[in-house]
Amino acid sequence: MAEINIENNRVEEEIILEVQNLKKHFEISKGFINKEVSTVRAVDGVDFEVFKGETLGIVGESGCGKSTTGQLVLGLLEPTEGKIYFQDNEISALNQKELRAARRNLQVIFQDPYSSLNPRMTVEDIIGEPLVVHKLASGKELRKKVLRLMNLVGLQEHQMKRYPHEFSGGQRQRIGIARALALEPKVIVCDEAVSALDVSIQAQILNLLKKLQRQLDLTYIFIAHGLPAVRHISNRIGVMYLGRMVELADRNAIFEKPLHPYTYALLDSVPIPDPKLRKESQVIEGEIPNPSNPPSGCHFHPRCPFANDVCKNEVPEYREIFDGHYVACHYPLTDHETQVISTEKEKS
Amino acid sequence: MENLTESMDAVPERKESLIKKMVYQLFKSKTGTIGLVIVIFVSLVAVFAPALAMHDPAETDAVNRLLPPFWLDGGSTEYLLGTDNLGRDVLSRIIYGSRVSLLVGISAVLLAGLIGIIFGLIAGYYGKTWDFIIMRTVDSFLAIPNILFMLIILAVLGPSLVTLILVLGGTTWVVYARMVRSETLSVKERDYVRSARAIGAKNFRIIVKYVLPNVISSFIVIATLNVASTIILEASLSFLGLGIQPPDVSWGLMLSDGREYIATSWWVATFPGLAITLTVLGVIFLGDWLRDVLDPKIKD
Repeated sequence: MAEINIENNRVEEEIILEVQNLKKHFEISKGFINKEVSTVRAVDGVDFEVFKGETLGIVGESGCGKSTTGQLVLGLLEPTEGKIYFQDNEISALNQKELRAARRNLQVIFQDPYSSLNPRMTVEDIIGEPLVVHKLASGKELRKKVLRLMNLVGLQEHQMKRYPHEFSGGQRQRIGIARALALEPKVIVCDEAVSALDVSIQAQILNLLKKLQRQLDLTYIFIAHGLPAVRHISNRIGVMYLGRMVELADRNAIFEKPLHPYTYALLDSVPIPDPKLRKESQVIEGEIPNPSNPPSGCHFHPRCPFANDVCKNEVPEYREIFDGHYVACHYPLTDHETQVISTEKEKS
Repeated sequence: MENLTESMDAVPERKESLIKKMVYQLFKSKTGTIGLVIVIFVSLVAVFAPALAMHDPAETDAVNRLLPPFWLDGGSTEYLLGTDNLGRDVLSRIIYGSRVSLLVGISAVLLAGLIGIIFGLIAGYYGKTWDFIIMRTVDSFLAIPNILFMLIILAVLGPSLVTLILVLGGTTWVVYARMVRSETLSVKERDYVRSARAIGAKNFRIIVKYVLPNVISSFIVIATLNVASTIILEASLSFLGLGIQPPDVSWGLMLSDGREYIATSWWVATFPGLAITLTVLGVIFLGDWLRDVLDPKIKD
């Protein structure tokens, strides 16, 4: 995979998007006569901000609420509680009509390029549709704009009249990117945008996204399953667990000095390609708990090697420990404790 | 971008159109070809009925009543498939009957399809109260035996070609509504529908450009097959006396007329019965072929 270097990791700039205490609860009712309603707290109080021009990676296991967070930011889901600000405008308070207009600034690239393109539309229609919907272009001008977008993402003019099934996964993802770019958005949510692709194609698409970010001054929220996927593209990385943000910091800080035991465990579960360096790693034990019945206190305590009674009973506060390094843990890992885990592992 | 991995990722060029694929599939499928030939043949017969029929279908011949087909003793080449109890030419009546059968079969399915698609899309897409109202209505329709329901309405409205089409269409739409609803429910959750909402498309646009085109192929297949069952339903209703009324003629009506003479003059009921069987078979074969062509999972 091509190495994408980020020279200046921290982009100290204006805040383009801000999320405050965002919550999304889904109600699930079981049974017909004795109705049992349980609530799945998919997103349960998430705060973060996104700086203009940066890439914020959001990672976590399946069911941690990362995709739901993405959809809430896009306005595709209505938050149960909390506020979302885009350039100081509260988009979570807009009505349907205003929201449609606001969508011009926020776009999305989906995970699976095989299900995110309408199989009954040609490439030209797929890419040009956002412009038609917002009445921004028509006729010859529309065609010209579509062509420009296609060139931008590396598609050829003669592919204009084709249908999605005639393309490979990588090319389809390019079509999806072109469609997302049509409205000249400021923020793009990449919802596992490369995880369905072959590794070699992943690198190409990541490079393309990086190039577009520079060219068009885009801001990315990059949602991914694991840390390696966001390593080369993110400026900052947020780690989510069971609907809550557990740690958020600069990329280097996350990889070199993780403060939350969960982040540490995630890093530890990354396979090391060199067999000489391979060691018995302490993979997190247990399954991810049911989000409709989360553990008390710190959600991570049943799987955490350091958990005690405080963790069982009290919800840890999400706080800034160092400059720009947020963590929600009663006992954030210091270097000393990290070493303790390592030595324990060596013994066993 | 023109590096090795890109070429590995590239898909071989395929420029074939849907029409090409359809023709290709048609010749590959023998039953499809047979179905198409039968349907075209019956349609041509219906269109050119006045030119093909040797007699007026309502013209009676008191002397030549219940004449057998020409190859049997007493048969005459004047009446190739014999005559019925009023001396009417069976062949000419079958030729004219094809018009009613096809007209009723196709227009009732189109009407039912239109109603069913609209309600199915609304129920599936909007859900909640709409879904509840529409689907409980569908359930009520399904709870009443079809034929009984049609008989009651026809008895009230009075039988005619138009009411027959209305009744057939107005009672069979529930099948399409259920099917379109369930397809809509699955299509609605696809990422491309989400992407349409992300670009700010309105619900109407999403339904027409995203949901409808992706549910229509299953509809076409079911509708084709239902043309066959509608032809049979029309025949049953005419057989029961509440369908097509004389002097109009349909295959079902001919069956009904011939029933009394089945023991002595088998040809009066047998030939219209064969016509129904042949046409229905043709339509079903055609539907099978359409299913193969329109299913994107079956390629080449």
